[in-house]
Amino acid sequence: MFLGIDIGSSSSKVALMNDKKELVATAVVNKGTGTDGVHSALEQAFLKAGITKEDVQFSVVTGYGRVTYKDADKQITELTCHAKGVAYLIPGARTIVDIGGQDAKVIKLNEKGEMINFGMNEKCAAGTGRFLEVMARVLGCGLGDLSDLAQKSDKTVSISSVCTVFAESEVISQLATGETPANVARGAHVSVSKRVAGMCNRVGVEPTVVMTGGVALNADMVRCLSNELSSPVTAAPNCQAVGAIGASVAAYETFMARREQ
Amino acid sequence: MEETKLTSKQFLNELTAKHYDGALQAKAEGKPVAWAVSISPQELFETLDMHVVYPENHAAAIGARKEAMKFIDHAEGIGYSADICSYARINMAYTDIPHAEAQDIPLPDVVLCSANICTTVMKWWENLAKKLRVPLVFIDTPFNHTYEVPDHAVEYLRGQFESAIKQLEDFSGKRFDFDKLGEVMKLSNATCQWWKAATDLAQFTPSPLNGFDMFNYMAIMVCMRGNADGHKLFKLWYEELLAKKEAGLGPWSSAEEKYRIMWDGIACWPHLSTTFKTLKKYGINMVTSTYPESWNVRYETNDLTGMARAYTVNYANRNLDFGTDYLKKLVDQFNLDGVLYHSNRSCKLMDFRQYEVRRRVEAMTGIPTTMFDGDQTDPRSFSEAQYETRVQGLVEMMDKRKAAGR
Ligand code: SF4
Repeated sequence: MFLGIDIGSSSSKVALMNDKKELVATAVVNKGTGTDGVHSALEQAFLKAGITKEDVQFSVVTGYGRVTYKDADKQITELTCHAKGVAYLIPGARTIVDIGGQDAKVIKLNEKGEMINFGMNEKCAAGTGRFLEVMARVLGCGLGDLSDLAQKSDKTVSISSVCTVFAESEVISQLATGETPANVARGAHVSVSKRVAGMCNRVGVEPTVVMTGGVALNADMVRCLSNELSSPVTAAPNCQAVGAIGASVAAYETFMARREQ
Repeated sequence: MEETKLTSKQFLNELTAKHYDGALQAKAEGKPVAWAVSISPQELFETLDMHVVYPENHAAAIGARKEAMKFIDHAEGIGYSADICSYARINMAYTDIPHAEAQDIPLPDVVLCSANICTTVMKWWENLAKKLRVPLVFIDTPFNHTYEVPDHAVEYLRGQFESAIKQLEDFSGKRFDFDKLGEVMKLSNATCQWWKAATDLAQFTPSPLNGFDMFNYMAIMVCMRGNADGHKLFKLWYEELLAKKEAGLGPWSSAEEKYRIMWDGIACWPHLSTTFKTLKKYGINMVTSTYPESWNVRYETNDLTGMARAYTVNYANRNLDFGTDYLKKLVDQFNLDGVLYHSNRSCKLMDFRQYEVRRRVEAMTGIPTTMFDGDQTDPRSFSEAQYETRVQGLVEMMDKRKAAGR
């Protein structure tokens, strides 16, 4: 069995792949680096797959917490792992947009599904999942409710501040002057989409565009990004675990390549 | 003789101390001291035996010593925005808090601004003059919007030099000795030649030069290229590197050079060791940057017009097309596997063109590149984890390319 682990800033993800390169189990725990999140995720995945740690032939760790995690055979960046995960799940994809807790990245793939270029957010949390978390808090809803809320909007409130902290106060005053939460939620999605689209344009967008990471669960966000890019955007299946799935693909490939040698 | 046994690194440290001690000593003896911009026509100052200190060098030393925040906090407190170049913030603050663990420098009696690197220095130097009530010698060097440097720009700069000479004569009360200028010009050109030859040795694979050394040696190129000490240092450095190259030695004794990249932009002084070690861990040697050429200020001796041309052709003062072609040339000459762009919050001049240069160079050469956020001296703009991920991502792309036999 081949194990992929993705330790992010706010969640831990695990994927298991068998020696036929079939995905056997995934697990997502909403606790990131520096917590016991990764152990819970591992336990869950092992349980689902009905295996123990000893059955793992090779493991790859990725994500923000990869550098400090010591129990894997190899560490690879989340860039390459997302590329591998998406190529595995959606062959033919050429652009990946991954919006994580504290970073956002755009990865360009070649026809073989290999990463040829990437861009990441600059300087701050604008355009990342953290921005949406802050917005959800101001709107008094859960992160998971933003999408439904925004779909009730009848217009887009423009959020001009790029800075997450300023945007928070901007939104508070908009709500105070009578804007509906639905319109503000849509505004937040458009704001993140604009930031991410700018990054996409720097790297160069080619279809199919696939969105990964927890934010891809937000259907309204996916639609807003598609509007900004003027290109269809597909949400990856099992979007939160794509990095871990890619890591399990990398584990499988590394093991097979070594065996051939 | 004892002295000949000095390594260039020891000599570099000696010269740095000598440079600053000389200026402090001069000040103590009541002699005038000047502050000047990095790519200044130091030939004029050398000719008049002026003691000149370079605030950019000094701020970099403060950054590397990790004491930038003391000055940055002060500067921001008195109203300098965090968006202003951190060298400027540190230096303006130093005029109020004139002491740094890294190095003390005397306050200036005259400030010399050569505006061939950016427009920030104009305001910065104006503010220095106003605040310290000292004369400003301003050498206006317009940006070259055309690909080639036009003759009228060169003529104009020559005129600027002539008027600066006049101002400096008035200030120092000395007559400007053109014969001596000829000597200084000759020496300066020779020093630049050694600097260029030394940094060009990095074209060999493996490169005998560890590119981060370039950042350190550069400080002496700024302040001593027109005197015998500087000349001696760069000749020695060249000889050492040549010997290394001939022995087939790479940049480090403890690791092998696996990838060769260019670093675009200024060093990240407060995180110098992190940025260096992360690269080295993957076997990445930074073999070049735009700096070798920026301090290769060459012209015919006794030709003031030629000297004017040499001070306006530097990378920072050239247009986008020129910048792109120049980087493309470096990719070929230095056999680069990748480029690492430092998106330096301080330096608008360099950042503005960076995205487009990057896009074009990528399209022209096909080599992978990445960009990280940082700042030359403000420690707050850098994240180690982000840097590591980008560098590792670059390695993964360079590996792919190597595996594909490109
Ligand atoms: S770092 Fe950039 S902005 Fe600052 S002085 Fe140098 S060229 Fe000008």
